[in-house]
Amino acid sequence: MASLPGAAAQGMIWGIMAIGVYITYKILDVADLTVDGSFGTGGAVMVVCMTRGMNIGVSMLLAFLAGCAAGLLTGIFHTKFGIPAILSGILTQLALYSINLRIMRGAANMPLLAMKYNLLISQRKIPQAILVTGIFSVVLIAVLYWFFGTELGHSLRATGCNQAMARTNGIHTENNKILGLIISNGIVAMSGSLLTQYQGFADISMGRGAIVIGLAAVIIGEVLFGKIFKNFALRLLSIVFGGVIYYAVITLVLSFGLETNDMKLFSALVVAVFLGIPYWKKQLQQKGRGRKGGTENAGN
Amino acid sequence: MLVIKDVYKTFHPGTINEKVALNGINMVLEDGDFVTVIGGNGAGKSTLLNMIAGVHTPDTGQILLDGIDITNLAEYKRAKYLGRVFQDPMMGTAADMWIEENLALAARRGQPRTLRWAITKKEREEFREILKPLGLGLENRLSTKVGLLSGGQRQALTLLMAAMRSPKLLLLDEHTAALDPKTAATVLQLSDKFVEEGHLTAMMVTHNMKDAIAHGNRLIMMHEGQVILDIRGEEKKKLTVEELLEEFSKASGSEFANDRALLNK
Repeated sequence: MASLPGAAAQGMIWGIMAIGVYITYKILDVADLTVDGSFGTGGAVMVVCMTRGMNIGVSMLLAFLAGCAAGLLTGIFHTKFGIPAILSGILTQLALYSINLRIMRGAANMPLLAMKYNLLISQRKIPQAILVTGIFSVVLIAVLYWFFGTELGHSLRATGCNQAMARTNGIHTENNKILGLIISNGIVAMSGSLLTQYQGFADISMGRGAIVIGLAAVIIGEVLFGKIFKNFALRLLSIVFGGVIYYAVITLVLSFGLETNDMKLFSALVVAVFLGIPYWKKQLQQKGRGRKGGTENAGN
Repeated sequence: MLVIKDVYKTFHPGTINEKVALNGINMVLEDGDFVTVIGGNGAGKSTLLNMIAGVHTPDTGQILLDGIDITNLAEYKRAKYLGRVFQDPMMGTAADMWIEENLALAARRGQPRTLRWAITKKEREEFREILKPLGLGLENRLSTKVGLLSGGQRQALTLLMAAMRSPKLLLLDEHTAALDPKTAATVLQLSDKFVEEGHLTAMMVTHNMKDAIAHGNRLIMMHEGQVILDIRGEEKKKLTVEELLEEFSKASGSEFANDRALLNK
Protein backbone atom coordinates (compact mmCIF):
# COMPACT_ATOMS: atom_id res chain seq x y z
CA MET A 1 0.00 0.00 0.00
CA ALA A 2 2.89 2.32 0.73
CA SER A 3 3.92 2.07 -2.89
CA LEU A 4 0.59 3.27 -4.26
CA PRO A 5 1.47 7.02 -4.44
CA GLY A 6 4.54 6.09 -6.44
CA ALA A 7 2.35 3.95 -8.67
CA ALA A 8 0.08 6.96 -9.22
CA ALA A 9 2.98 9.14 -10.35
CA GLN A 10 4.38 6.45 -12.62
CA GLY A 11 0.92 5.60 -13.91
CA MET A 12 0.37 9.21 -14.86
CA ILE A 13 3.64 9.29 -16.80
CA TRP A 14 2.58 6.17 -18.69
CA GLY A 15 -0.84 7.75 -19.10
CA ILE A 16 0.77 10.65 -20.96
CA MET A 17 2.45 8.09 -23.18
CA ALA A 18 -0.90 6.40 -23.69
CA ILE A 19 -2.33 9.68 -25.01
CA GLY A 20 0.28 9.39 -27.74
CA VAL A 21 -0.86 5.83 -28.42
CA TYR A 22 -4.49 7.00 -28.50
CA ILE A 23 -3.71 9.47 -31.29
CA THR A 24 -2.46 6.73 -33.59
CA TYR A 25 -4.54 3.78 -32.42
CA LYS A 26 -7.91 5.46 -32.00
CA ILE A 27 -7.83 8.69 -34.00
CA LEU A 28 -5.68 7.64 -36.98
CA ASP A 29 -6.72 3.97 -36.82
CA VAL A 30 -3.10 2.86 -37.12
CA ALA A 31 -1.40 0.47 -34.69
CA ASP A 32 2.00 2.11 -34.30
CA LEU A 33 4.72 0.02 -32.69
CA THR A 34 7.32 2.79 -33.01
CA VAL A 35 6.49 3.78 -29.43
CA ASP A 36 8.45 0.87 -27.93
CA GLY A 37 11.55 2.53 -29.37
CA SER A 38 10.67 6.22 -29.24
CA PHE A 39 9.86 6.05 -25.51
CA GLY A 40 13.46 5.03 -24.87
CA THR A 41 14.70 7.65 -27.34
CA GLY A 42 13.06 10.30 -25.20
CA GLY A 43 14.79 8.93 -22.12
CA ALA A 44 18.18 8.64 -23.81
CA VAL A 45 18.08 12.17 -25.22
CA MET A 46 17.00 13.49 -21.82
CA VAL A 47 19.93 11.95 -19.96
CA VAL A 48 22.52 12.94 -22.53
CA CYS A 49 21.30 16.54 -22.78
CA MET A 50 21.16 17.00 -19.00
CA THR A 51 24.58 15.46 -18.39
CA ARG A 52 25.95 17.76 -21.06
CA GLY A 53 24.73 20.67 -18.98
CA MET A 54 21.64 21.67 -20.92
CA ASN A 55 18.66 23.35 -19.38
CA ILE A 56 15.83 21.01 -18.41
CA GLY A 57 13.29 22.71 -20.71
CA VAL A 58 15.64 22.47 -23.69
CA SER A 59 16.41 18.84 -22.85
CA MET A 60 12.74 17.90 -22.77
CA LEU A 61 12.06 19.79 -25.97
CA LEU A 62 14.89 17.92 -27.69
CA ALA A 63 13.51 14.63 -26.34
CA PHE A 64 10.12 15.56 -27.81
CA LEU A 65 11.66 16.44 -31.18
CA ALA A 66 13.67 13.19 -31.26
CA GLY A 67 10.38 11.32 -30.82
CA CYS A 68 8.85 13.39 -33.63
CA ALA A 69 11.72 12.36 -35.90
CA ALA A 70 11.06 8.69 -35.10
CA GLY A 71 7.38 9.18 -35.98
CA LEU A 72 8.39 10.89 -39.21
CA LEU A 73 10.53 7.89 -40.16
CA THR A 74 7.65 5.47 -39.56
CA GLY A 75 5.35 7.77 -41.52
CA ILE A 76 7.73 7.80 -44.46
CA PHE A 77 8.09 4.01 -44.37
CA HIS A 78 4.32 3.68 -44.34
CA THR A 79 3.28 6.28 -46.94
CA LYS A 80 6.29 6.62 -49.24
CA PHE A 81 7.58 3.01 -49.14
CA GLY A 82 4.08 1.52 -49.04
CA ILE A 83 4.95 -0.67 -46.04
CA PRO A 84 2.00 -1.64 -43.82
CA ALA A 85 1.77 0.56 -40.72
CA ILE A 86 2.54 -2.18 -38.21
CA LEU A 87 5.65 -3.31 -40.07
CA SER A 88 6.78 0.31 -40.54
CA GLY A 89 6.61 0.78 -36.78
CA ILE A 90 8.52 -2.44 -36.15
CA LEU A 91 11.26 -1.34 -38.55
CA THR A 92 11.66 2.04 -36.85
CA GLN A 93 11.55 0.39 -33.45
CA LEU A 94 14.39 -1.93 -34.44
CA ALA A 95 16.41 0.93 -35.90
CA LEU A 96 15.85 2.93 -32.73
CA TYR A 97 17.52 0.22 -30.65
CA SER A 98 20.82 1.05 -32.36
CA ILE A 99 20.10 4.76 -32.36
CA ASN A 100 19.25 4.82 -28.66
CA LEU A 101 22.49 3.01 -27.89
CA ARG A 102 24.35 5.55 -30.03
CA ILE A 103 22.72 8.42 -28.16
CA MET A 104 23.83 6.87 -24.87
CA ARG A 105 27.29 6.30 -26.33
CA GLY A 106 27.03 2.54 -26.20
CA ALA A 107 25.78 2.29 -22.62
CA ALA A 108 22.66 0.22 -22.01
CA ASN A 109 21.92 2.27 -18.94
CA MET A 110 22.73 5.86 -17.99
CA PRO A 111 22.04 7.47 -14.60
CA LEU A 112 20.44 10.87 -14.11
CA LEU A 113 20.82 11.65 -10.47
CA ALA A 114 18.24 13.87 -8.84
CA MET A 115 20.74 15.31 -6.38
CA LYS A 116 23.10 16.41 -9.14
CA TYR A 117 20.60 17.90 -11.56
CA ASN A 118 17.67 20.22 -11.25
CA LEU A 119 14.93 17.79 -12.35
CA LEU A 120 11.21 18.46 -12.62
CA ILE A 121 10.22 15.21 -10.93
CA SER A 122 11.88 12.45 -8.96
CA GLN A 123 10.74 9.41 -7.03
CA ARG A 124 12.48 10.94 -4.03
CA LYS A 125 9.70 13.54 -3.90
CA ILE A 126 6.55 11.68 -4.87
CA PRO A 127 3.91 14.31 -3.98
CA GLN A 128 5.74 16.86 -6.10
CA ALA A 129 6.07 14.29 -8.89
CA ILE A 130 2.32 13.67 -8.84
CA LEU A 131 1.56 17.39 -8.89
CA VAL A 132 3.96 18.24 -11.71
CA THR A 133 2.92 15.25 -13.83
CA GLY A 134 -0.72 16.15 -13.22
CA ILE A 135 -0.16 19.72 -14.43
CA PHE A 136 1.73 18.32 -17.39
CA SER A 137 -1.19 16.06 -18.29
CA VAL A 138 -3.72 18.88 -18.06
CA VAL A 139 -1.65 21.22 -20.23
CA LEU A 140 -1.08 18.47 -22.82
CA ILE A 141 -4.79 17.65 -22.90
CA ALA A 142 -5.66 21.34 -23.31
CA VAL A 143 -3.25 21.67 -26.25
CA LEU A 144 -4.60 18.52 -27.94
CA TYR A 145 -8.18 19.61 -27.32
CA TRP A 146 -7.41 22.84 -29.12
CA PHE A 147 -5.51 21.10 -31.94
CA PHE A 148 -8.19 18.53 -32.69
CA GLY A 149 -10.74 21.33 -32.80
CA THR A 150 -8.90 23.12 -35.60
CA GLU A 151 -9.36 22.58 -39.33
CA LEU A 152 -6.14 20.58 -39.45
CA GLY A 153 -7.16 18.51 -36.42
CA HIS A 154 -10.53 17.77 -37.98
CA SER A 155 -8.86 16.67 -41.21
CA LEU A 156 -6.71 14.28 -39.15
CA ARG A 157 -9.77 12.79 -37.50
CA ALA A 158 -11.46 12.39 -40.90
CA THR A 159 -8.36 10.63 -42.23
CA GLY A 160 -8.55 8.07 -39.45
CA CYS A 161 -12.29 7.67 -39.76
CA ASN A 162 -12.79 7.37 -43.53
CA GLN A 163 -9.94 7.83 -45.98
CA ALA A 164 -12.10 7.81 -49.09
CA MET A 165 -14.28 10.54 -47.62
CA ALA A 166 -11.23 12.54 -46.55
CA ARG A 167 -9.68 12.46 -50.02
CA THR A 168 -13.00 13.29 -51.64
CA ASN A 169 -13.03 16.41 -49.50
CA GLY A 170 -9.55 17.41 -50.57
CA ILE A 171 -7.60 16.11 -47.57
CA HIS A 172 -4.06 14.85 -48.11
CA THR A 173 -4.46 11.62 -46.15
CA GLU A 174 -0.83 10.50 -46.41
CA ASN A 175 0.58 13.73 -45.01
CA ASN A 176 -1.99 13.59 -42.24
CA LYS A 177 -0.90 10.09 -41.27
CA ILE A 178 2.70 11.27 -41.11
CA LEU A 179 1.68 14.27 -39.02
CA GLY A 180 -0.27 12.07 -36.61
CA LEU A 181 2.68 9.70 -36.20
CA ILE A 182 4.98 12.67 -35.56
CA ILE A 183 2.75 14.16 -32.86
CA SER A 184 2.13 10.79 -31.26
CA ASN A 185 5.76 9.79 -30.99
CA GLY A 186 6.76 13.26 -29.82
CA ILE A 187 4.37 12.85 -26.89
CA VAL A 188 5.63 9.32 -26.24
CA ALA A 189 9.25 10.48 -26.17
CA MET A 190 8.37 13.36 -23.86
CA SER A 191 6.75 10.86 -21.53
CA GLY A 192 9.96 8.80 -21.73
CA SER A 193 11.92 11.86 -20.66
CA LEU A 194 9.60 12.24 -17.67
CA LEU A 195 10.03 8.60 -16.61
CA THR A 196 13.79 8.97 -16.90
CA GLN A 197 13.70 11.91 -14.50
CA TYR A 198 11.37 10.06 -12.15
CA GLN A 199 13.39 6.84 -11.94
CA GLY A 200 16.75 8.57 -12.20
CA PHE A 201 18.10 6.73 -15.22
CA ALA A 202 17.51 5.89 -18.86
CA ASP A 203 17.60 2.29 -19.99
CA ILE A 204 17.83 0.72 -23.43
CA SER A 205 14.85 -1.52 -22.67
CA MET A 206 12.67 1.02 -20.84
CA GLY A 207 10.24 1.23 -23.74
CA ARG A 208 9.76 -2.49 -24.18
CA GLY A 209 6.05 -3.23 -24.06
CA ALA A 210 5.14 0.47 -24.06
CA ILE A 211 2.53 -0.12 -26.76
CA VAL A 212 0.82 -2.73 -24.55
CA ILE A 213 0.80 -0.43 -21.53
CA GLY A 214 -0.53 2.36 -23.74
CA LEU A 215 -3.32 0.16 -25.07
CA ALA A 216 -4.12 -1.01 -21.54
CA ALA A 217 -4.47 2.58 -20.35
CA VAL A 218 -6.64 3.50 -23.35
CA ILE A 219 -8.90 0.48 -22.87
CA ILE A 220 -9.19 0.80 -19.07
CA GLY A 221 -10.03 4.49 -19.50
CA GLU A 222 -12.65 3.68 -22.10
CA VAL A 223 -14.25 0.81 -20.20
CA LEU A 224 -14.43 2.62 -16.86
CA PHE A 225 -15.18 6.18 -17.97
CA GLY A 226 -16.52 5.80 -21.51
CA LYS A 227 -20.13 6.14 -20.40
CA ILE A 228 -19.65 9.37 -18.45
CA PHE A 229 -16.76 11.05 -20.31
CA LYS A 230 -18.08 11.97 -23.75
CA ASN A 231 -16.17 15.18 -24.33
CA PHE A 232 -12.83 14.80 -26.14
CA ALA A 233 -10.78 16.43 -23.36
CA LEU A 234 -12.42 14.20 -20.77
CA ARG A 235 -11.75 11.15 -22.89
CA LEU A 236 -8.06 12.07 -22.96
CA LEU A 237 -8.21 12.54 -19.20
CA SER A 238 -9.72 9.08 -18.82
CA ILE A 239 -6.62 7.66 -20.53
CA VAL A 240 -4.39 9.24 -17.90
CA PHE A 241 -6.68 7.75 -15.25
CA GLY A 242 -6.41 4.46 -17.13
CA GLY A 243 -2.63 4.62 -16.82
CA VAL A 244 -2.86 5.31 -13.09
CA ILE A 245 -5.31 2.46 -12.53
CA TYR A 246 -3.17 0.10 -14.59
CA TYR A 247 -0.15 0.88 -12.46
CA ALA A 248 -2.09 0.66 -9.23
CA VAL A 249 -3.36 -2.80 -10.21
CA ILE A 250 0.12 -3.90 -11.23
CA THR A 251 1.54 -2.70 -7.93
CA LEU A 252 -1.18 -4.55 -6.02
CA VAL A 253 -0.72 -7.74 -8.00
CA LEU A 254 3.02 -7.61 -7.39
CA SER A 255 2.45 -7.09 -3.68
CA PHE A 256 0.29 -10.23 -3.71
CA GLY A 257 3.33 -12.15 -4.84
CA LEU A 258 3.31 -12.21 -8.64
CA GLU A 259 6.86 -12.36 -9.86
CA THR A 260 8.16 -9.24 -11.59
CA ASN A 261 9.48 -11.38 -14.42
CA ASP A 262 5.97 -12.63 -15.19
CA MET A 263 4.59 -9.10 -15.33
CA LYS A 264 4.80 -8.70 -19.10
CA LEU A 265 3.04 -12.02 -19.67
CA PHE A 266 0.29 -10.90 -17.31
CA SER A 267 -0.04 -7.51 -19.06
CA ALA A 268 -0.13 -9.04 -22.51
CA LEU A 269 -2.88 -11.49 -21.55
CA VAL A 270 -4.99 -8.83 -19.83
CA VAL A 271 -4.77 -6.49 -22.82
CA ALA A 272 -5.53 -9.35 -25.24
CA VAL A 273 -8.69 -10.21 -23.30
CA PHE A 274 -9.83 -6.58 -23.20
CA LEU A 275 -9.17 -6.14 -26.92
CA GLY A 276 -11.18 -9.29 -27.53
CA ILE A 277 -14.26 -8.19 -25.60
CA PRO A 278 -15.72 -5.82 -28.26
CA TYR A 279 -15.15 -8.52 -30.90
CA TRP A 280 -16.91 -11.21 -28.86
CA LYS A 281 -19.75 -8.83 -28.13
CA LYS A 282 -20.23 -8.25 -31.85
CA GLN A 283 -20.14 -11.96 -32.58
CA LEU A 284 -22.80 -12.63 -29.97
CA GLN A 285 -24.98 -9.85 -31.36
CA GLN A 286 -24.65 -11.23 -34.88
CA LYS A 287 -25.59 -14.68 -33.70
CA GLY A 288 -28.63 -13.17 -32.01
CA ARG A 289 -29.60 -11.33 -35.17
CA GLY A 290 -29.10 -14.43 -37.30
CA ARG A 291 -31.56 -16.39 -35.15
CA LYS A 292 -34.08 -13.55 -35.25
CA GLY A 293 -33.73 -13.24 -39.03
CA GLY A 294 -34.28 -16.97 -39.35
CA THR A 295 -37.60 -16.95 -37.53
CA GLU A 296 -38.76 -13.93 -39.52
CA ASN A 297 -38.06 -15.73 -42.75
CA ALA A 298 -39.86 -18.77 -41.49
CA GLY A 299 -42.83 -16.59 -40.65
CA ASN A 300 -42.95 -15.28 -44.20
CA MET B 1 -16.76 21.75 -69.37
CA LEU B 2 -15.40 18.23 -69.13
CA VAL B 3 -13.42 16.84 -72.05
CA ILE B 4 -12.37 13.20 -72.17
CA LYS B 5 -9.98 12.38 -74.99
CA ASP B 6 -9.08 8.86 -76.14
CA VAL B 7 -9.04 7.34 -72.69
CA TYR B 8 -8.00 3.69 -72.41
CA LYS B 9 -7.65 1.63 -69.28
CA THR B 10 -6.75 -2.03 -68.85
CA PHE B 11 -6.63 -3.64 -65.43
CA HIS B 12 -4.06 -6.35 -64.66
CA PRO B 13 -2.45 -6.18 -68.14
CA GLY B 14 -0.52 -9.26 -69.18
CA THR B 15 -2.19 -11.56 -66.66
CA ILE B 16 -5.05 -14.01 -66.98
CA ASN B 17 -7.19 -11.44 -65.17
CA GLU B 18 -6.58 -8.86 -67.87
CA LYS B 19 -9.67 -6.71 -68.26
CA VAL B 20 -10.13 -3.89 -70.72
CA ALA B 21 -12.26 -1.48 -68.72
CA LEU B 22 -12.23 1.57 -70.98
CA ASN B 23 -11.67 1.11 -74.67
CA GLY B 24 -11.30 4.54 -76.23
CA ILE B 25 -13.65 6.96 -74.52
CA ASN B 26 -14.26 10.34 -76.11
CA MET B 27 -16.77 12.61 -74.51
CA VAL B 28 -17.54 16.28 -74.00
CA LEU B 29 -19.78 17.45 -71.19
CA GLU B 30 -21.05 21.00 -71.69
CA ASP B 31 -21.60 23.27 -68.69
CA GLY B 32 -24.98 22.50 -67.20
CA ASP B 33 -25.20 19.05 -68.73
CA PHE B 34 -26.74 16.43 -66.46
CA VAL B 35 -25.81 13.16 -68.07
CA THR B 36 -27.02 9.77 -66.91
CA VAL B 37 -24.75 6.82 -67.67
CA ILE B 38 -26.22 3.37 -68.10
CA GLY B 39 -24.87 -0.02 -69.05
CA GLY B 40 -24.50 -3.58 -67.88
CA ASN B 41 -22.05 -4.95 -65.36
CA GLY B 42 -18.46 -4.43 -66.45
CA ALA B 43 -19.42 -1.86 -69.07
CA GLY B 44 -16.93 0.59 -67.57
CA LYS B 45 -19.31 3.11 -66.01
CA SER B 46 -17.76 3.11 -62.56
CA THR B 47 -14.25 2.97 -63.96
CA LEU B 48 -15.01 6.07 -66.00
CA LEU B 49 -16.35 7.91 -62.95
CA ASN B 50 -13.43 6.79 -60.79
CA MET B 51 -11.04 7.95 -63.47
CA ILE B 52 -12.57 11.41 -63.47
CA ALA B 53 -12.40 11.39 -59.65
CA GLY B 54 -8.75 10.35 -59.64
CA VAL B 55 -9.04 6.89 -58.10
CA HIS B 56 -7.60 5.37 -61.30
CA THR B 57 -5.34 6.99 -63.87
CA PRO B 58 -5.81 6.25 -67.57
CA ASP B 59 -3.23 4.19 -69.49
CA THR B 60 -3.45 6.70 -72.30
CA GLY B 61 -5.61 9.69 -73.04
CA GLN B 62 -6.45 12.95 -71.36
CA ILE B 63 -9.09 14.39 -69.07
CA LEU B 64 -9.65 18.16 -69.02
CA LEU B 65 -11.94 20.00 -66.67
CA ASP B 66 -12.57 23.63 -67.62
CA GLY B 67 -9.31 23.53 -69.55
CA ILE B 68 -7.31 22.17 -66.62
CA ASP B 69 -5.52 18.90 -67.32
CA ILE B 70 -6.50 16.65 -64.41
CA THR B 71 -5.40 13.36 -66.02
CA ASN B 72 -2.68 12.68 -63.46
CA LEU B 73 -3.69 15.06 -60.70
CA ALA B 74 -3.84 13.44 -57.24
CA GLU B 75 -7.30 12.56 -56.00
CA TYR B 76 -7.19 14.96 -53.05
CA LYS B 77 -5.97 17.79 -55.27
CA ARG B 78 -8.71 17.52 -57.88
CA ALA B 79 -11.28 17.17 -55.11
CA LYS B 80 -11.67 20.95 -55.07
CA TYR B 81 -13.25 20.81 -58.54
CA LEU B 82 -15.48 17.83 -57.83
CA GLY B 83 -18.41 16.72 -55.73
CA ARG B 84 -18.82 13.01 -55.30
CA VAL B 85 -21.42 10.62 -53.92
CA PHE B 86 -20.63 6.91 -53.64
CA GLN B 87 -22.86 3.89 -53.98
CA ASP B 88 -22.14 2.86 -50.40
CA PRO B 89 -23.86 5.35 -48.05
CA MET B 90 -21.13 4.66 -45.47
CA MET B 91 -18.39 5.93 -47.75
CA GLY B 92 -19.24 9.58 -48.22
CA THR B 93 -19.24 10.68 -44.60
CA ALA B 94 -17.07 10.24 -41.50
CA ALA B 95 -19.17 8.09 -39.16
CA ASP B 96 -17.42 9.02 -35.92
CA MET B 97 -17.78 12.74 -36.55
CA TRP B 98 -20.78 14.97 -36.02
CA ILE B 99 -23.07 16.22 -38.78
CA GLU B 100 -21.71 19.76 -38.46
CA GLU B 101 -18.13 18.47 -38.45
CA ASN B 102 -18.75 16.57 -41.67
CA LEU B 103 -20.29 19.65 -43.26
CA ALA B 104 -17.37 21.79 -42.11
CA LEU B 105 -14.93 19.34 -43.70
CA ALA B 106 -16.80 19.60 -46.98
CA ALA B 107 -17.04 23.38 -46.69
CA ARG B 108 -13.24 23.55 -46.73
CA ARG B 109 -12.80 21.32 -49.76
CA GLY B 110 -9.94 22.72 -51.82
CA GLN B 111 -8.68 25.01 -49.07
CA PRO B 112 -5.58 24.46 -46.97
CA ARG B 113 -6.38 23.07 -43.51
CA THR B 114 -5.08 25.63 -41.05
CA LEU B 115 -4.96 25.96 -37.29
CA ARG B 116 -8.11 28.09 -37.31
CA TRP B 117 -11.12 26.77 -35.42
CA ALA B 118 -12.80 24.13 -37.57
CA ILE B 119 -16.36 25.47 -37.35
CA THR B 120 -17.39 29.07 -36.88
CA LYS B 121 -20.66 30.19 -35.30
CA LYS B 122 -21.72 31.76 -38.58
CA GLU B 123 -21.16 28.47 -40.37
CA ARG B 124 -23.24 26.61 -37.84
CA GLU B 125 -26.18 28.86 -38.70
CA GLU B 126 -25.55 28.35 -42.41
CA PHE B 127 -25.47 24.59 -41.93
CA ARG B 128 -28.83 24.73 -40.19
CA GLU B 129 -30.27 26.67 -43.13
CA ILE B 130 -28.96 24.33 -45.82
CA LEU B 131 -30.04 21.22 -43.90
CA LYS B 132 -33.64 22.38 -43.55
CA PRO B 133 -34.63 21.82 -47.21
CA LEU B 134 -33.61 18.16 -46.92
CA GLY B 135 -36.72 17.75 -44.78
CA LEU B 136 -35.04 15.17 -42.54
CA GLY B 137 -34.86 17.23 -39.36
CA LEU B 138 -31.05 17.09 -39.42
CA GLU B 139 -30.88 20.85 -38.75
CA ASN B 140 -31.74 20.08 -35.13
CA ARG B 141 -29.13 17.34 -34.81
CA LEU B 142 -25.93 19.17 -35.75
CA SER B 143 -23.98 17.47 -32.98
CA THR B 144 -25.18 13.94 -33.74
CA LYS B 145 -22.63 11.42 -34.91
CA VAL B 146 -23.22 10.66 -38.59
CA GLY B 147 -22.82 6.96 -37.79
CA LEU B 148 -26.18 7.09 -36.03
CA LEU B 149 -28.05 8.19 -39.16
CA SER B 150 -29.84 5.85 -41.56
CA GLY B 151 -28.37 5.06 -44.97
CA GLY B 152 -30.78 7.42 -46.68
CA GLN B 153 -30.03 10.25 -44.28
CA ARG B 154 -26.32 9.72 -44.75
CA GLN B 155 -26.68 9.70 -48.52
CA ALA B 156 -28.70 12.92 -48.45
CA LEU B 157 -26.02 14.49 -46.26
CA THR B 158 -23.26 13.28 -48.60
CA LEU B 159 -25.16 14.77 -51.53
CA LEU B 160 -25.43 18.08 -49.72
CA MET B 161 -21.71 17.99 -48.92
CA ALA B 162 -20.86 17.13 -52.53
CA ALA B 163 -22.94 20.01 -53.88
CA MET B 164 -21.41 22.52 -51.45
CA ARG B 165 -18.93 25.01 -52.85
CA SER B 166 -20.42 24.60 -56.35
CA PRO B 167 -18.18 21.89 -57.83
CA LYS B 168 -17.32 22.09 -61.51
CA LEU B 169 -18.66 18.55 -61.79
CA LEU B 170 -20.90 16.44 -59.58
CA LEU B 171 -20.23 12.69 -59.78
CA LEU B 172 -23.00 10.36 -58.63
CA ASP B 173 -21.98 6.70 -58.65
CA GLU B 174 -25.15 4.59 -58.37
CA HIS B 175 -25.81 6.66 -55.30
CA THR B 176 -29.33 5.34 -54.78
CA ALA B 177 -28.64 1.66 -55.50
CA ALA B 178 -28.25 0.73 -51.83
CA LEU B 179 -31.40 2.54 -50.67
CA ASP B 180 -34.98 1.37 -50.41
CA PRO B 181 -37.20 2.60 -53.29
CA LYS B 182 -38.86 5.40 -51.33
CA THR B 183 -35.61 6.80 -49.93
CA ALA B 184 -34.00 6.38 -53.35
CA ALA B 185 -36.73 8.53 -54.88
CA THR B 186 -36.18 11.24 -52.26
CA VAL B 187 -32.43 11.27 -52.82
CA LEU B 188 -32.92 11.41 -56.60
CA GLN B 189 -35.31 14.31 -56.20
CA LEU B 190 -32.72 16.11 -54.08
CA SER B 191 -30.06 15.42 -56.72
CA ASP B 192 -32.26 17.07 -59.37
CA LYS B 193 -32.87 20.00 -57.07
CA PHE B 194 -29.19 20.60 -56.25
CA VAL B 195 -28.16 20.31 -59.89
CA GLU B 196 -30.86 22.74 -60.97
CA GLU B 197 -30.45 25.30 -58.21
CA GLY B 198 -26.66 25.22 -58.29
CA HIS B 199 -26.53 25.14 -62.13
CA LEU B 200 -24.19 22.19 -61.74
CA THR B 201 -22.76 19.89 -64.36
CA ALA B 202 -23.42 16.34 -63.29
CA MET B 203 -22.79 12.75 -64.23
CA MET B 204 -24.95 10.02 -62.73
CA VAL B 205 -24.22 6.32 -63.12
CA THR B 206 -27.27 4.15 -62.65
CA HIS B 207 -28.52 0.64 -63.23
CA ASN B 208 -32.07 1.81 -63.40
CA MET B 209 -33.22 2.62 -66.94
CA LYS B 210 -36.30 4.48 -65.81
CA ASP B 211 -34.18 6.76 -63.65
CA ALA B 212 -31.70 7.22 -66.47
CA ILE B 213 -34.52 8.41 -68.71
CA ALA B 214 -36.36 10.51 -66.14
CA HIS B 215 -33.35 12.47 -64.92
CA GLY B 216 -30.91 14.76 -66.67
CA ASN B 217 -30.81 16.15 -70.19
CA ARG B 218 -28.55 13.56 -71.74
CA LEU B 219 -28.17 9.80 -71.63
CA ILE B 220 -25.10 7.77 -72.38
CA MET B 221 -25.03 4.01 -72.70
CA MET B 222 -21.79 2.14 -72.28
CA HIS B 223 -20.85 -1.36 -73.34
CA GLU B 224 -17.49 -3.11 -73.08
CA GLY B 225 -15.61 0.07 -72.30
CA GLN B 226 -17.12 2.14 -75.08
CA VAL B 227 -19.89 4.67 -75.45
CA ILE B 228 -22.48 3.05 -77.70
CA LEU B 229 -25.32 5.54 -77.34
CA ASP B 230 -25.48 9.27 -76.68
CA ILE B 231 -28.97 10.72 -76.65
CA ARG B 232 -29.84 14.26 -75.63
CA GLY B 233 -32.44 17.00 -75.60
CA GLU B 234 -35.89 16.39 -77.08
CA GLU B 235 -34.91 12.97 -78.29
CA LYS B 236 -34.10 11.89 -74.75
CA LYS B 237 -37.36 13.23 -73.36
CA LYS B 238 -39.33 10.95 -75.66
CA LEU B 239 -37.23 7.90 -74.90
CA THR B 240 -38.85 4.77 -73.47
CA VAL B 241 -37.32 1.78 -71.75
CA GLU B 242 -38.32 -0.45 -74.67
CA GLU B 243 -36.59 1.83 -77.16
CA LEU B 244 -33.54 1.89 -74.99
CA LEU B 245 -33.41 -1.90 -74.93
CA GLU B 246 -33.82 -2.03 -78.66
CA GLU B 247 -31.14 0.58 -79.20
CA PHE B 248 -28.85 -1.43 -77.02
CA SER B 249 -29.30 -4.64 -78.98
CA LYS B 250 -28.76 -2.74 -82.21
CA ALA B 251 -25.66 -0.92 -81.05
CA SER B 252 -24.01 -3.76 -79.23
CA GLY B 253 -25.17 -6.54 -81.48
CA SER B 254 -26.08 -8.66 -78.52
CA GLU B 255 -29.10 -9.39 -76.41
CA PHE B 256 -29.63 -7.19 -73.38
CA ALA B 257 -31.95 -9.70 -71.82
CA ASN B 258 -29.41 -11.38 -69.58
CA ASP B 259 -28.22 -8.14 -68.08
CA ARG B 260 -28.86 -6.70 -64.68
CA ALA B 261 -30.02 -3.46 -66.26
CA LEU B 262 -33.10 -5.24 -67.55
CA LEU B 263 -34.13 -6.29 -64.09
CA ASN B 264 -34.41 -2.69 -63.04
CA LYS B 265 -36.73 -1.37 -65.70
